[in-house]
Amino acid sequence: MSAVALTRRRPAARSGALALGISTLWLSVIVLLPLAAVVVRSLDGGVGDFWDAVSSRQAVDALRFTVLVSLATAAIDAVTGTLLAWVLVRDRFPGKRIVNALIDLPFALPTIVAGLTLLALYGPTSPLGIDIAFTQGAVLLALLFVTQPFVVRSVQPVLIEVDREMEEAAISLGASNRTVFLRIILPNLLPAILSGAGLAFARAVGEFGSVVLISGNVPFDTQVSSVYIFKLIESDAPISAAAVSVVLLLVSVLVLAGIRLLGRWGARHDR
Amino acid sequence: MTVSRPWQLTLRILALGWLLALLLAPVALIFYRTFEPGIGAVWDSITTPAAISAFWLTIEVSAIAVVVNTVLGVVMALALARGRWRGRWVLDAIIDLPFAISPVVVGLSLILVYGTTGWFGRDLADLGIRVIFSVPGIVLATVFVTLPFVVREVTPVLREVGDEQEQAAATLGASGWQTFWRITLPSIRWGIAYGVVLTTARAIGEFGAVSVVSGKVSGETETLTLLVEKRFANFDLAGAYAASALLAAIALLTLLIMTTFNRRREEA
Amino acid sequence: MIAARGITKQFGDFVALDDVTIEIPDGSLTALLGPSGSGKSTLLRIIAGLETPDRGVVEIHGRDQTHVPPQRREIGFVFQHYAAFKHMTVRDNVAFGLKIRKQPKARIDARVNELLEIVGLAGHQKRYPNQLSGGQRQRMALARALAVEPRVLLLDEPFGALDAKVRADLREWLRRLHDEVHVTTILVTHDQEEAMSIADRIAVMDHGRIEQVGHPRELYDRPANRFVMGFLGPVSEIGGRLVRPHDIVIELEPSPGAHEAQITRIVHLGFEVRVELALARRDGVFAQLTRDEAQQLEVSEGDIVWLRATNALVEAPDPA
Repeated sequence: MSAVALTRRRPAARSGALALGISTLWLSVIVLLPLAAVVVRSLDGGVGDFWDAVSSRQAVDALRFTVLVSLATAAIDAVTGTLLAWVLVRDRFPGKRIVNALIDLPFALPTIVAGLTLLALYGPTSPLGIDIAFTQGAVLLALLFVTQPFVVRSVQPVLIEVDREMEEAAISLGASNRTVFLRIILPNLLPAILSGAGLAFARAVGEFGSVVLISGNVPFDTQVSSVYIFKLIESDAPISAAAVSVVLLLVSVLVLAGIRLLGRWGARHDR
Repeated sequence: MTVSRPWQLTLRILALGWLLALLLAPVALIFYRTFEPGIGAVWDSITTPAAISAFWLTIEVSAIAVVVNTVLGVVMALALARGRWRGRWVLDAIIDLPFAISPVVVGLSLILVYGTTGWFGRDLADLGIRVIFSVPGIVLATVFVTLPFVVREVTPVLREVGDEQEQAAATLGASGWQTFWRITLPSIRWGIAYGVVLTTARAIGEFGAVSVVSGKVSGETETLTLLVEKRFANFDLAGAYAASALLAAIALLTLLIMTTFNRRREEA
Repeated sequence: MIAARGITKQFGDFVALDDVTIEIPDGSLTALLGPSGSGKSTLLRIIAGLETPDRGVVEIHGRDQTHVPPQRREIGFVFQHYAAFKHMTVRDNVAFGLKIRKQPKARIDARVNELLEIVGLAGHQKRYPNQLSGGQRQRMALARALAVEPRVLLLDEPFGALDAKVRADLREWLRRLHDEVHVTTILVTHDQEEAMSIADRIAVMDHGRIEQVGHPRELYDRPANRFVMGFLGPVSEIGGRLVRPHDIVIELEPSPGAHEAQITRIVHLGFEVRVELALARRDGVFAQLTRDEAQQLEVSEGDIVWLRATNALVEAPDPA
């Protein structure tokens, strides 16, 4: 190790430590402290109260519906997202640029506005005569709207990078289009599809703004966990709300961890 | 692999049809419904005192969230991309948390810390500081939910650029600050710009977390998204549509800026 | 025999192939040699069916294949960047074509084992492509292409992505493989040394046309034009004629037909000595001598000498 290298590394290490210190402090104050409050204070009333809060019929029903409708959302997103990514990458048509930009609309549009727009088209005042407001289908629709970009945006770059020569090699070996898609392209897209669907699922589980108007918030039917938690806060039961939140947090954290593992698994065959 | 023409058309129609039914038609309808009663009515409904106050509160809160999250976002990105210590992944994972947590839970968590019955509630009240049901709570909620955007945009850029240029600057006698301002910052500027746009869009549009902590006092703690909900709840559909159209217009503007930045970034 | 007749292909305004006709004898190893943009890869891809010609016909064994999809042409194609199926093991890569043909498992196993033995990857069956070196990946790709017993093996710059040492090894290995397997092979390359060292026949291409086809030695000794001569080896121009630098004799006295020149630099490259010279009005010629020849001459930089070409190949066009 030369003297030059040592003197050059030292200030860098110092500023790196500073950046780390600030980052840790900032995350602790803004993110970790509040989340810790949720976890710790969910037990303010003791384990018994915690259990009562999370095992009440309304809480269980809301959570079950949340998870199921989020799974359905993720599954539909996986198909439609892959389809959209395919068309955006492999097809050519006038206005493709605009379509590509509009994919991100749900990320830019406030969720409450998203809910309101869906209610306008698919609610009681629908010009199409389709009224699905206050049904479970409406919740699914709202979640599909807000999670729509995730799979597209995770699959698109991977599809662009898929080695076209790999497809041509398969074709030269006698593979049909179907075989090329199922045996060559899809396996290479799968990690991206799954991680996009995972992100969509995580988002759907916690979604509030787009759902609150269109779901009608019918207990045991269209009520999702986030809306149930909101109702608990409004009825001045923050500790019960915290208990249900802990369960929801757990689901989110597990999904997030799953996506991380998936990322590593997906990259296992990359150079 | 080349798809046959009929298949290509089928896939295209399916994809665009889905997009139309799910996204475009509803948003277009909102604009139509908004302007149905005439532009004068729209103007009146977005220039009521409550609407103007909501607009400025939204801008104020978003501006604070953007500045704070940009500065600290760059610091965190530097820590992630340039640091070499173990356990970096913990930091990395925590940064993603706001993406995965329900906004309602974010709002609740702030109440549990800063509310009247919260951990610091009484101390803050003694000092005369009010966080929950007040602007600071709205700011904290917005900062929380928009925290990851700048970090997530800047970190990959920093990794890709590498630190060779920074080392070259150092060998040429540049101090740490000079290197940062003259080498590092210019190379990540498009990443930052993109992160700022995303942060702004999300900050303006945040509803759930803000809804929990705001108290919704018209003219004081009511943001634009809360105004939309209140008008809807009060059966003022035209008013809700007008405020929505304003927000949707901001969203479309955001998309335009994002597309431009993306092109610049690809060219850079 | 494989034949391409009257092939024309345009990409937008760019003419990639301009009425190209070539015949490839069975069992031969033919190289398509040319600079980038000469159309050689396009011609190969048209023979494979990966591109469709605007005009012209592709025949394999006397039958028109122009409109037969690549899946049914019974070809083996090897790409510059390996095109390894990165989500499959080496074994599954090689077995891919056989599985598609729904061959019985025992047959597939036997064939894969045999091929992996031939390409020297027998111990690497269960590895993934990213665990192999570039040379190993390309040998896997060759085994994969050979597994389906193609009527013709098409190689598109197969060693282009490899470093010099591995490239030289694989080149020799491919020649030996061809001598064993005898499958008709077309190799696209921009490297004249590669083409010269392994091909039976070379077709030199430029600007979408075939300039000359022939045995490597024939092309070197009797190039049809200035381009072919220049592409196959170094060229010096003396008195309006093109000469190989090793066909230049340096003399110390003037004689009829000899050209006066001044030595500007002498470079000792081991066995070869390279003498750089300035002619009266032109510069930039050099002569190749052996070390012994150079020693006998006893010349040094700055000396005036006379040059004579023993074997001028092409008359250079008059400078405009």
